[in-house]
Amino acid sequence: MIEQVAQMLVHGEAWTLKDLFVLPNEYVYWSIQIVLYPYMTGLVAGAFVLSSLYHVFGVEKLKEIARFALVFSFALLPVAMLPLLLHLQQPLRGINVMMTPHFTSAISAFGIVFMTYACIVGAEIWFVYRKFFVESLQRLEGKPDRSTAEGLLLVIYRLLSLGARDLGGEALEADHKAVKILAGLGIPVACFLHGYAGFIFGSVKANALWMTPLMPVIFICSAVVSGIALCLVSYYVFMELRKWAAKRGKNFFLPDAVVHGRAAVDYEHLRSVQNHEVKMTSKYLLIFMLLAITLELLDMIFRGYTAVRSWDALRQVIYEHDFVKIFIMQYGIGNALPFLLLLIPRITARRAALASVLVLFGVLMMRWNVVIGGQAFSLTFKGFMHYHLPIIPYDMETFKEGLGGALLVAATPFVIFYFLNMIVPAFMESRDEGH
Amino acid sequence: MMKRREFLKSAAVFVSGAAVSLSALELLDPHEVLAQNPELRWGFLVNTYNCVGCGMCVKACKIENDIPLEANVTRTWVERYVITKQGETYSDCPKGALNGFTSKQIDQNESGMKKIADADISEAFFVPKLCNQCSNPACVQVCPVGATYSTADGVVLVDRKWCIGCGYCIMGCPYGVRFFHPVEHTADKCTFCYHRISNGGNTACAQACPFGARQIGNLKDPNDPVTKAVLTERVGILREEFGTNPNVYYIGLSKEVR
Amino acid sequence: MKRHVWRPLYVVIGLVAFILVFRFFYVPTDFGVQERGYTFGYHRLQNEQEWKDYPAKFKGSAYCAECHDENATSIAESGHGIIPCEDCHGAAFNHPEDPETLSIDRGRDLCLRCHSQLLMPSSQRNDLPGIDPTGHNAGIECADCHNPHNPSLEDM
Repeated sequence: MIEQVAQMLVHGEAWTLKDLFVLPNEYVYWSIQIVLYPYMTGLVAGAFVLSSLYHVFGVEKLKEIARFALVFSFALLPVAMLPLLLHLQQPLRGINVMMTPHFTSAISAFGIVFMTYACIVGAEIWFVYRKFFVESLQRLEGKPDRSTAEGLLLVIYRLLSLGARDLGGEALEADHKAVKILAGLGIPVACFLHGYAGFIFGSVKANALWMTPLMPVIFICSAVVSGIALCLVSYYVFMELRKWAAKRGKNFFLPDAVVHGRAAVDYEHLRSVQNHEVKMTSKYLLIFMLLAITLELLDMIFRGYTAVRSWDALRQVIYEHDFVKIFIMQYGIGNALPFLLLLIPRITARRAALASVLVLFGVLMMRWNVVIGGQAFSLTFKGFMHYHLPIIPYDMETFKEGLGGALLVAATPFVIFYFLNMIVPAFMESRDEGH
Repeated sequence: MMKRREFLKSAAVFVSGAAVSLSALELLDPHEVLAQNPELRWGFLVNTYNCVGCGMCVKACKIENDIPLEANVTRTWVERYVITKQGETYSDCPKGALNGFTSKQIDQNESGMKKIADADISEAFFVPKLCNQCSNPACVQVCPVGATYSTADGVVLVDRKWCIGCGYCIMGCPYGVRFFHPVEHTADKCTFCYHRISNGGNTACAQACPFGARQIGNLKDPNDPVTKAVLTERVGILREEFGTNPNVYYIGLSKEVR
Repeated sequence: MKRHVWRPLYVVIGLVAFILVFRFFYVPTDFGVQERGYTFGYHRLQNEQEWKDYPAKFKGSAYCAECHDENATSIAESGHGIIPCEDCHGAAFNHPEDPETLSIDRGRDLCLRCHSQLLMPSSQRNDLPGIDPTGHNAGIECADCHNPHNPSLEDM
């Protein structure tokens, strides 16, 4: 009975290397997908907060990027759920979280908060775009020779308009009011959506690195940072594409040209809008970065100063095993460098975009160092576990929890955004002076 | 419901009376009555002095509960602690001690094997570990779907048909007793052999132990040998700083044991 | 406000209603809060019975002695009397029906679990007779010289 049969890999064994005294059941159970999960919800929350800066607080400077951020936030939303589903051992039972939520668990809130948030963002988009829906409807209905694509679009707009075709001044005024209320309501829900992701980790009393009441706050701040940074980068890239298209007379990413005709698009105008929006956004990025870094450093200093029993193991992980990942990649490349780039006077859109890319990388490393770093030491504090990201998959599990799964998650929001942008054009400048 | 309770009460009285009569014992096994007793709180006693590190408990547990022998996860395991005269502590638990401890080499995983000369050893012992069936189980609190729970008699179980496999309970357990079952793909853990103790039997690990290092008992019954030991001897529990109130008690616990 | 602003809300209400109806059919009726309360006792009640019905594999030495009383008596008189039959003979399952014969572990590794000498000052391991596995007749089975049911060579 005892003869050694071919090794049966258990979950976690493929990418965990144990060193010194580690308990037999200890593995890095939460790997790359759980790194991406708070990262993605963070991006959702951050993008939404950015759009709300305009809709609620009336920061007029962010008007154009706000609309993009709102649509992008909606495109990111399904992707916040994807890593969770991919890491489940029983993905088909994921629905149980909504069916029998056990509210003493932080994860149980996910289904409900996520759905609430999705409804709020969806409704907000509906109010922002209702005028566009109806206008498109009227334009397409008036067109005698519709192509198949246009026919399909017409059906979609009919469904999306929910039959509300009133474009009178009073009706539009009501829309603006609703947007304001929903955006205001959305901020606490977005923060809750992400703050509780921090709570998921912060409340694990068995984990010495995770357990701190600061965790939810740290997560929210870094979420806003990463969300703004991603919006800034994506906005910059899409505007580059639009400029390229405008110069060559193409229609890519130029819904204005489709709706209002070619004359509505002007290269120089696009360039000045892009410059203005990117620079303004980078100022807000700087403010939130300052807040996030302060909290993270406070947490680290506090741990070193109080030096409870777990500190010996934590110190080895932070200053030895993960030194490069934490101090070079996260704080150095991901925080200090972009901070300098943003602070140097006469900022250009390109420099702001570059800094944002670095910030995105820094926040990803922060998530990595929290999630993987929290599992880098044994419950015994006498042993360590090293995580090796599976690069070349040899079965479903090493794909899901490896580089392939990570890239899949990272690419999905852009695919969704591409299709979403066809229906709700994120770059369309509003022609009226409302909002 | 009241009627059943009354019946059980009278049954308990009957058992204490039956203790004098051997023939009555054959009719009614006291374990069986205990198993249905609402005044039941399962507890476990580990005597670390008695443990010789043979690992028969680990093997029996894996066979009894269908945890593949070759899989590197286990519901129960045995740790070895060796303390040198210089005051350094070395510990290991190769394959959860499925094959016992037969070598003087201490398995340090990536750091290789550590050989300690007998002359340098000041103290060495074995510590069996299993689920503590905590009164305030951190693992149950964090389950998002109600797939793991504590029974009325204090055993923490996992519902294999409802578990979504998120791993939060594995992260939440301060004792590292949970893992993903390699075949079922759900969270898995020691059940105190609930199917055996609920039907009047002993746990597979305790039954396999030749040295009586492991014992299960009813903590609500003052005459139970486990309860007596817990009440009258110097026993310790693991990691009480987590406030989980474990129900596995240890005789001869050392400060080195984590 | 214009009435049309409530239309997204109707969609949401419809969605919630759908989820509730789906939940009604999806969640087993015995799922709920049991004795230990919501924090520790929220579960599907039937699962407790499922665990109670899990098949046992080990039957205990008393079960073996019902038929093999001769072997049971012989080992009981030796130093190995404390070892349960199934530790070496394997779990009984539904023996004698299924399996009809048990595969006995006679390997050297089994004996070494207790009798490989280790210095364990405060453990009972120190009191067991121990050998150095590499020095003590390496390569041959223990059972070639020692009778597992009566291991002492003097008594043989």
